[in-house]
Parts: sequence; C-alpha cells; structure tokens
Amino acid sequence: MIPILIGITIISFAVIHLAPGKPTDLMVQLKPNVDLEAREKLNQIYGLDKPIYVQYFNWIKKLARLDFGRSFIDNRPVMEKISERLPVTILINVLAMAIIFLFSIPIGVKSAVRRGSVFDKTTTIFVFMGFAAPSFWIGLLLMSFFGVRLGILPVSGIASLDFENFTLIHKVLDVMRHLVLPVSVISIGGLAGISRYMRQSMLGVISQDYVRTARAKGLPEKTVIYKHALGNALLPIITILGLSVPSLISGSVIIETIFSIPGMGRLMFESVFTRDYNVIMAGLVVSAFLTLFGNLIADIAYAYADPRIRYGK
Amino acid sequence: MQNRKNRQKSKRIFLIPLFITIAVFFSLTISLPGQENFPDPEGKTGTPTYGDAFVVGEIGDARTLIPILASDSPSSYIVDLVFDGLIKYNTSVELVGNLAESWDIEEDSLVIVFHLRKNVKWHDGYPFRAKDVKFTYECLIDPKVPTPYSGDFKMVKSVEVADDYTVKIIYKEPFAPGLTSWGMPIMPKHLLEGENLLTTEFARNPIGTGRYKFKRWKTGERIDLVSNHEYFEHRPYIDRYIYRVIPDSATMFLELETLGIDSMGLTPLQFTRLTETPFFKKRFQKFKYPSFGYTYMAYNLKDDKFKDKRVRQALNYAVDKKEIIDGVLLGQGKVSHGQFVPESWAFNKDVKPYPFDPKKAKKILEECGWRDRDNDGWLDKDGRRFEFTILTNQGNDNRRMTAEIIQRRLKDIGIKVNIRILEWSVFLNEFVNKKKFEAIILGWGLGREPDCYDIFHSSKTKEGEFNFISYANPRIDRLLIEGRRTFDLEKRKEIYNKIHEILYDDQPYMFLYVPDSLVAVHNRFQGIKVSPIGITYNFIDWWVPRDRQRYTY
Repeated sequence: MIPILIGITIISFAVIHLAPGKPTDLMVQLKPNVDLEAREKLNQIYGLDKPIYVQYFNWIKKLARLDFGRSFIDNRPVMEKISERLPVTILINVLAMAIIFLFSIPIGVKSAVRRGSVFDKTTTIFVFMGFAAPSFWIGLLLMSFFGVRLGILPVSGIASLDFENFTLIHKVLDVMRHLVLPVSVISIGGLAGISRYMRQSMLGVISQDYVRTARAKGLPEKTVIYKHALGNALLPIITILGLSVPSLISGSVIIETIFSIPGMGRLMFESVFTRDYNVIMAGLVVSAFLTLFGNLIADIAYAYADPRIRYGK
Repeated sequence: MQNRKNRQKSKRIFLIPLFITIAVFFSLTISLPGQENFPDPEGKTGTPTYGDAFVVGEIGDARTLIPILASDSPSSYIVDLVFDGLIKYNTSVELVGNLAESWDIEEDSLVIVFHLRKNVKWHDGYPFRAKDVKFTYECLIDPKVPTPYSGDFKMVKSVEVADDYTVKIIYKEPFAPGLTSWGMPIMPKHLLEGENLLTTEFARNPIGTGRYKFKRWKTGERIDLVSNHEYFEHRPYIDRYIYRVIPDSATMFLELETLGIDSMGLTPLQFTRLTETPFFKKRFQKFKYPSFGYTYMAYNLKDDKFKDKRVRQALNYAVDKKEIIDGVLLGQGKVSHGQFVPESWAFNKDVKPYPFDPKKAKKILEECGWRDRDNDGWLDKDGRRFEFTILTNQGNDNRRMTAEIIQRRLKDIGIKVNIRILEWSVFLNEFVNKKKFEAIILGWGLGREPDCYDIFHSSKTKEGEFNFISYANPRIDRLLIEGRRTFDLEKRKEIYNKIHEILYDDQPYMFLYVPDSLVAVHNRFQGIKVSPIGITYNFIDWWVPRDRQRYTY
C-alpha cells in the first residue's frame, strides 16, 4: 500500500509541476508595478527556484510527519483549509447518496420484477432524462423556480445572512433549507446509474435456480423477491458504493460552484487553477485515503450482505 | 390474488421513501421567521440615518488581509475598507491626503514630508503614529516578505520619523510615481512587530484604521465588516458590510433578484437586456463608469511585418473599434485613444482616434510594398503572404470575439489572420514572456498614476518584463524618465500628453477599447454619486431611510 501511495505522489507531483505556471504567477503577472526582482524574490521565498526533485523530497519529508505544508495562496496550513471544507462536502454527498439509494433500489427492483411494464418504461425515461440533463442546468432551473419564482427556498449558500442570531433548531433548519436544492440536483443525476445497475442485477438473480426453488417451495412472492433475491442482487451495488466514495471530491465541483457552497470540490478546483501545489497534493492524498475508506465500507457491507465472506462462521 | 397483494405491498414499499422525501422537502420550503421580504416603497430623500447592511456579491474569496501581501482584487477590496493609505485619489483623479493631512516636496524633489492626522486610532484603540508608516515601509523592503509591491519602494533611500506625526521619505533620485505608492495601506506596528507576516493570525483578523472593522471571515462563503464609529472622517451610515462569495455569475444574478445580495457587477448583456425589466427597475439602480484600463492588440515589433510604423497605422485604419464595442461589449465601452484613459489628466485631448477607413489602409500598405501580386486575394511582398496569428487567452470571450472581428476586417483588405486561443499560463509563460508571438490581444488594468515606464521603456524587455513587444523609441525613453523625475503636475501633464501623442502615432499596440464598469445597487441605498473613480469612494456617505432598512443589528 505504502509504495503505491508514494508512486501516486511522485507522479502527481511531477504532473502538477510540469504544467506551465507557478503559484506565484497570479500575484505578479501582468502587474506593471511588480518588477522582475520582486518576482524572483517570491520564488525564492517559496522554494520554487529549487529543482523539482528537491521540492518533492522536502514535501515528502514533511508528509512523513503528517505535515501537508502551507498553501501558497494564503499561507494557511493546508490541513486547516481542508478540514474546514471537507465536512460540508461529505454531508451533502452522504445525504444525496442516501436519497439515491432510497429511491433507486426500489425503482430498480420494481422495474426488474415487472420488466417491460409501463412502470419500467416510464421510470427508465425519467431516470435517463435526469441523467442526461447537465447538473448545472437543472440546478439553475430549480433555483430559478423555487428560489426566484416561488421564493420558498434560498437560491445559494449554506446559511442565511443572519445565521448567527438563530437558535440551534432554527440553525439546523436553515442549513437544511439551503441543502434541499443541491442535494436534489446530485440525486437526480445519480438516480439513473444506480437504478439501472439494480435492475440489471435483479434480473440476473431472478432467473437463478434458487429463486425458482424458492418459488417452487410455495414461498410468497414478497419473500422470494425481498429476502432471497434482493440480498444477492445488492452485492454489485455495494461495490459501486465503495467506488463512488473517492469521486466525492471531483464530483462536487459543479454543484459547489453553482450553489456557492464552500466545499472540497471548489477548493481543489481553485487550487489547480492557481497552481497551489501543496493543497492539490494534500487533496490527492485525501482522495487516496477516501478510496481506501470506501473499500473498507464496501468490505464491511459485503460481510453483512453475503454470509459466504464472513469470517469465523 | 396473491400476486396483486404483493404488488400492492411492493408499491407501498416504494412509496415510503417518496413520501418521506416529499414531506421533508415541503416542510423545508415553509418560510422561517426573519426571512420575510420587506416592502419596497419608493425611495425618499432626507437626512441620512444609520443602520442596515450592504451585501455585495463577488466571484472570488479574499486570500489574505495583510495589505502588503494582498495582490488579488477580492483581498484588495476588503483591505481598502479596513485600512487607509497616507494619500488617496479624489473624484477628479487627483491625490489628496488620507492618513496624511498634507505633504511637502523638499530638497529638489528628493524628500517627501508627510504630516499625519492626529485624531486617528487603530480599531483596537491604539493611536496611529509615524512609526507605523516606517514599520510598513520596513516590511515592504524586507527580503523575507513576499510582497509584490517592493518595486515601488526601491527608489526610497530611507524613511525617517521626525516626530509622532511627521514622516520624511528620502529618495535616491526624484521619483514622482513614488507619491502614489504611499496610497499603500499602513499596517499597525504595535501588533505586527516581530510577527512572521506569512503565518500571522493577523492575516485573517486584521486591525486597521479604515472605515470598517473586520468582524468575521467564513472561508469561501462570506466576510463581515462592521462600521468604525471612530472613523476620522465620520461614522459610516451603513452599519455592516457583507462580502458574499458566489463563484457562478448566473447564480449571482438570481441572488440579486431575490435580494440575497444588494449589489453586483454586471456583464454588458445583463446591463442592457436582463436588467431592463419592470421588476428590476423597481428595485435596483444601475451605474456605469469607465474602467481604468483598456484592451489592445500588441504587435511583436521584432517581427519583420510589423517593423514599419506605417503598416501598423494602416492596420489601425482597417479595424472599426466602434464595431468591436457594439458587438463585444454591446455598446458599453469607449474607443481607446492610447495608453491613457479619457478620465486621466495624462490623456491628451488633441489626439484623435483614426477613423475606420479600409481604403486608406490599403493605400498605405501598397506604399509599403504590400500588394496582391499573385491574385489569390491576399496581399504579399517578396513572395510572402501577409498572414499572422493572433494569440489570446482562454476563458475571455470578449478577447476571442474581438479577435474574430479583427480577423474579418483584415480579411477585407487582404490580410490573412489566424486565431489561436491558449490556456492562460501557457499563453503567458510560453508565448508572451518568451516573445514567441506575432500579435496578441490583452488588456492592461491601469493605476491612476500614468507612469508607464515598465510597459514602454526599451530597458524593460527581459523575459517576464512588460515591454514584451520590444518597443524602443529613444524619445519615449527620455520622456518616461523625465516624467518620473517631475513632480509639478502641469509639467507632468505636458510630458504625458506628449507620450500619449507619440505612442498613438507609433501604434506599438492597436488600441481597441476601454470597457465600462457596470454595477447594480439596490435602490434603498441613497447618496451614491458616480465619478471617474467609480462609486464606492464615498461609501461612508451612503445611507438607507429607516423605513426601508432590511437588516437590523
């Protein structure tokens, strides 16, 4: 695991530094009053004049002490920047994920059980419409409808302007109101994938021998579908759940930008454009850990859903 | 029978999450107290009252609130409200005192003596003194401080504190643009001495002398400021200043419509179309003033095609700037007449922009030897076609469209133009700085000070310096140096008027347009006056009638 992680960091470090431009560019470029000396001085202070392998070793030395360094842009510790951004991104994605699973599993099961029915066809159409429509467009439509036309939901942000004066319950409600639209948009986009997987996997399971056996035993259809078939059909979905954890960060960029949410996706996106090397590298390490974490969750869920891989039984 | 029952059951199971979600959704759409929209009666005039908040929407968040490190516009925006410089510009773009009451130029223009105001306090109550000025200067020239502004203070020999309220700035040689640089916000010595400016808490918790005090910063979301009751001019009428970060401009416009923000900068399209609705007119006032900057097409003067001044003049005749302004900016801009904007005192009113005259352009080009010898529709000379590539950066549609209009107009006179759009860093580092281009479209954001030594002096052509077009004109060189050494405004005016005239005749750039700044502000705010330096200069005088105040504290 460690060698892979080091390999990833070497490649990312090299790629990021190969891209033209430096973190100091934005401070100095095309400003007539910033002279050449001032620029060279900046590069020296930030150690950007050293060869790239020296910069890498300095970085990895710090990483060994769990120090991600400081941002080139505002000189704040990278960990501080990430830790203030990560929670809201995780919150939104976990909520969206919950809604996606809450809807797509029943949709998938039903479409599979009643394959070819009107329900199957209509949900397919709607789910794919949600999948095909760009999320920023849906986002703007919802904002314009619920926020401007009806005026019942806030347009963007995660808290009201006078948030500080609210009581605790009021605060919670306020944040939830702000999260309704972004979470809906992510859910609409994610519904298609999972419900299709669910349908496919259910279809595969229903035609299995043990399902026929269960039916032959005279078990009620409900028990057959929800007890015998669903458990097995869920296994591939669990894999997808595990895989989707690392995409939390990259997948949030658009939603966070449209809805003015200060989350991880926007931080990474802005850092790439400002060439804030330390933040980008830390973000990549965090994603790597999230991948591992996702796998762990998937493994635990497997053990729960599939008795065959439980130990000691 | 059995089957139908199951169907119903499975339907029920499917419906449960649906119901829960819908219920949650609708319960959240119920308005919470404190959210009602205030009625919007017609604006009233009267005596200013205190109160309310001004909420402004901007695309980006600030980075640091240490004045000498703040180089991006959001940071400078906040710094400008929290801190003061010794001097500032007034509405006729002349320097006036700010923290300094007055100043004298002494000893053959080598010394500037600033007399400071005596009633100024830092936001923590500590009095403002001359040693703070010296301290700020010392930070600016400290080699360990990564400030992009050190260049402005290179010419300073020393800064001396004569007494608590008098500072003497001694220059190595007379340096007129130096005066402007003392608009640099002054930092408190008693809080920052011995601190590492890179890591200090001060960067996110600044204490200044300015109109507004810093209150809170939620990264990526908002910055709150509260009015400084002790401000040396007078207490600002608006109690709070809230800076909201809204990275998407479509979202920002929706926020404006729902009064989530009170003000934002508009695009020409928003200004001319989207805000021309009764809904909008009832709630907002719009302002328009020229920005201090211009967009140009620069030629690489090392390129044989562009070496001849007459060719550059011909190209200037061939392109219709008005057409570009109408097409790209929807009319919200002015034709650029050269390096200086019309509002600047350096602007020479006698310089008339070339008319759009393709025939004349063709004639001049023919005199220079460019004509269509092989009848392929393109001009040629010595067997080579007149063809060049305009480079510009990605993400700026205005520049791309400008390039396309120029391409079309030059095609009409037989010049083939190609357009290449490049990512910003690649564009700058690989093409502009290395001078690997034929022509580029770029813009300059100018300061109020007309000194343009770094852009046009022949010594500023190293990689990464700003005379990337390799312009060299001994007369301009001489005038630029003279302009830097002269303090007398009348004499400076003459010098820069001359520079303006020569530059426009030389056409090192094809000067294109000065875009207008377009701003919408909610109409409950009174006392806004447009001036050449924008609208926010008198922000402390803005106020809201009591019955129209939206926020109470």
